[in-house]
Amino acid sequence: MTGATQQTPVVDDNPTAYRQSDTLEQVSVVAHDDHHDEHEPTGYRRWLFSTNHKDIGILYLWFGMAMGVFGFLLSLGIRLELMEPGLQYFLNPHLYNVFVTGHGVIMIFFFVMPVLIGGFGNYFVPIMIGAPDMAFPRLNNISFWLLPMSGLLILLSLFVEGDGGGAGFGGGWTLYPPLSTTGAPGPAMDLIILSFHISGASSILGAINFITTIFNMRAPGMTMYKMPLFGWSMLITAFLLLLALPVFAGGITMLLTDRNFGTAFFRPEYGGDPVLYQHLFWFFGHPEVYILILPAFGIISHIVSTFSRKPIFGYLGMVYAMVAIGFVGFVVWAHHMYTVGLGVNTKLYFVLATMVIAVPTGVKIFSWIATMWGGSIRFELPMVWTVGFIFLFTVGGVTGVVLSNAGIDHALHDTYYVVAHFHYVLSLGAVFAIFAAWYYWQGKIFGVGYSNALGLLHFAVTFVGVNLIFFPQHFLGLAGMPRRYVDYAAIHEGWNYVSSIGSMITGVGVLIFFWVLIDAFVKKRPVANSPWGEGATTLEWTLSSPPPFHQFEKLPVVK
Amino acid sequence: MKTKNCLFIAVCAFLLSGGFAFAQEAGAADKAGWGLYFADAVTPVMREIRHFHEWVLLPVITAIVLLVLALLIYVCFRFRARRSPQPSKTSHNVLIETVWTLVPVLILMIIAAPSIRLLLLEDKIPPADVTVKAIGYQWYWGYEYPEAEVAEYSSYMLCQPDAGAENGFKQECVDGLKAEKLPHKLATDTFVVAPVNKNVRLLVTSQDVIHSWAMPAFGVKIDAIPGRVNQTWFRAEKEGTYYGQCSELCGVNHAFMPITVKVVSQEAYDAWVKAAKDDIDAANKIIADYALEKTVTADVRTAINGEI
Repeated sequence: MTGATQQTPVVDDNPTAYRQSDTLEQVSVVAHDDHHDEHEPTGYRRWLFSTNHKDIGILYLWFGMAMGVFGFLLSLGIRLELMEPGLQYFLNPHLYNVFVTGHGVIMIFFFVMPVLIGGFGNYFVPIMIGAPDMAFPRLNNISFWLLPMSGLLILLSLFVEGDGGGAGFGGGWTLYPPLSTTGAPGPAMDLIILSFHISGASSILGAINFITTIFNMRAPGMTMYKMPLFGWSMLITAFLLLLALPVFAGGITMLLTDRNFGTAFFRPEYGGDPVLYQHLFWFFGHPEVYILILPAFGIISHIVSTFSRKPIFGYLGMVYAMVAIGFVGFVVWAHHMYTVGLGVNTKLYFVLATMVIAVPTGVKIFSWIATMWGGSIRFELPMVWTVGFIFLFTVGGVTGVVLSNAGIDHALHDTYYVVAHFHYVLSLGAVFAIFAAWYYWQGKIFGVGYSNALGLLHFAVTFVGVNLIFFPQHFLGLAGMPRRYVDYAAIHEGWNYVSSIGSMITGVGVLIFFWVLIDAFVKKRPVANSPWGEGATTLEWTLSSPPPFHQFEKLPVVK
Repeated sequence: MKTKNCLFIAVCAFLLSGGFAFAQEAGAADKAGWGLYFADAVTPVMREIRHFHEWVLLPVITAIVLLVLALLIYVCFRFRARRSPQPSKTSHNVLIETVWTLVPVLILMIIAAPSIRLLLLEDKIPPADVTVKAIGYQWYWGYEYPEAEVAEYSSYMLCQPDAGAENGFKQECVDGLKAEKLPHKLATDTFVVAPVNKNVRLLVTSQDVIHSWAMPAFGVKIDAIPGRVNQTWFRAEKEGTYYGQCSELCGVNHAFMPITVKVVSQEAYDAWVKAAKDDIDAANKIIADYALEKTVTADVRTAINGEI
């Protein structure tokens, strides 16, 4: 970083520069020389006590990526077990259930959320809106450091008694009672509840920080409708977090008191109702899936625009589509509960409301393609991942339309069709966006360039691997294989085998990604301030790579 | 040189299709293990589910995916930097944005109409000829016929002897799979018996955690929730043995509490009910004999939707 501080952010007065909104014709950045900054902490103090949004972003990134590898290893265990019928590796299926639960919890709360929101969000939102840092830097610090504590509790829960007489909780990431109350007497479940409380608090604090930053700290001239789409996506995500997580916290607190203090919110023998928990959970859980994908939408918009050398098509439409997705996301939760015995009119409402989401999502897909239309497209590595994202997300999206129909969901609910659907939008959607963002911004964040050949190999192997895993799962689901099964009937042998082969290929892909990282950090290829050329118009490209420890101490003026 | 990346994507797609081709080649030897699609429909509900999926949903989603794929391929080739060195500055077009908002709305309306019809068919329960109550337990099902006065009996998975006895894990199952060629992980010791072409009302509840009673060939899946009695219905139009599985994570033996329904003639059903009031085992023998009498062998199919 010391080398970086000597560089001066460039003044970008290129008259052809443009941004998400075509009303913005010129970006000028007042260069700031922080040559004399003596306050840069070093060693553990720099990271543990960090109040710098970029350092905290990097902490989030590495923490999230490491947990992602852990979550991936759990899924490898699942796929190994399912490679053939019969019990292979998990002679006691309780451990398998713990793996399934752990995979879901870790990938959602400790991989995708930290990387997209805490990592890329923390790092780039302040820079993109021309702010020197987040609004509450110390809050930012505690937001991050709560997360490893939360992860520690999850880890601890693996070693104490849960349900089924074994260690760890195996009731799924949804924590449905009564399996999570009377069904899981041991302390593992309590540890998971407390872990969610802590990671929820972390996310709520982060959300407050993002909302305050985006509303109050935009550079002069950066109106809301000139703000880059990633800023918008993070703003909407932060609102979803702020509104959804307290409901979740309430729900799991009720679980905690049902378990330990004699309450009966979800205990039918005392007049409670287990379905109440599902309503509370999915009131959070459905916005949660948009929390996972909205930041990805923002990132994809930037990459498409950059490598097409065109402003994003339909900027306003994109903003309203994300707002609409966020809003409608709060009124569709019971489509996760079509089989619990809802009334027919309730189901009809949730069918129609759920279908509505396809409209703004379609607007986004078509706007990305329209951005490429007429562009001058260069297929740099981030763009390759992005094109992959757009196609695979579409595949996941249309199976969502299928599942939105309660009549069909009665056949497909809790089968592998659902598993295939949400992995296409998350594992192939959000995760492809994470890799696209990684390759897009790695040079900016770390100041080291990647090997294009290795990155392409990473893409090719991952693309083939994940499609082999998840496409056959549509067939498994249609043929009736239920989710969360440690063993299955002979009819499902074939596609399970293919799916497991796919997960091994994906494992090779993960190894290649390690190779990409090692290669990049060993060879330390220098990165220009704006390596992607004139298509990249957001403010991070006006700074050095990596950016100085503090940027924009004199605010840039956006005209 | 980077423009070659587009070609590279095509190579990936080729590799992928190669992978599937290989998989299917490998599977040709044993077609039984490659279940691709819904079970054959045995009830009006499942028939309508399949129709809705085949005539509305599958064509629509395939068309959308192909449209997006075609557009992506077109823009990737037509507007790659080498062919299109100067990007246009177009950033909005009200007409096309309106079109791609309204056309999906129309498509969704086309989907919604049959979807609502299907849901009403499933959830408006017709007057019942037979009522069966299914009760979920960790980890087996209990059944009773409250109107026919058949007391509750339990239904366990059939398994090989000492399956999974190591590691303190004991499958909740009944020894008996060895003797007959029954599908592993689907066959049970006792079963639901239902008369053919009659409306069966199914009441579902649970005594411990949440389970889910699912029967793919009937298009039925309904959660068994303690403190609630859910209801659904089916009218099986073909005699046979049908298998389903618990479809809500319920603990260690979640994968090992399957469901069997035997659809038989009204006479066989009446005989079964009469005998079952006193002795469920003797009654089940009647059903076994009935199957033999029809000179159809016991189920050897490994599919979810078996036949007598």
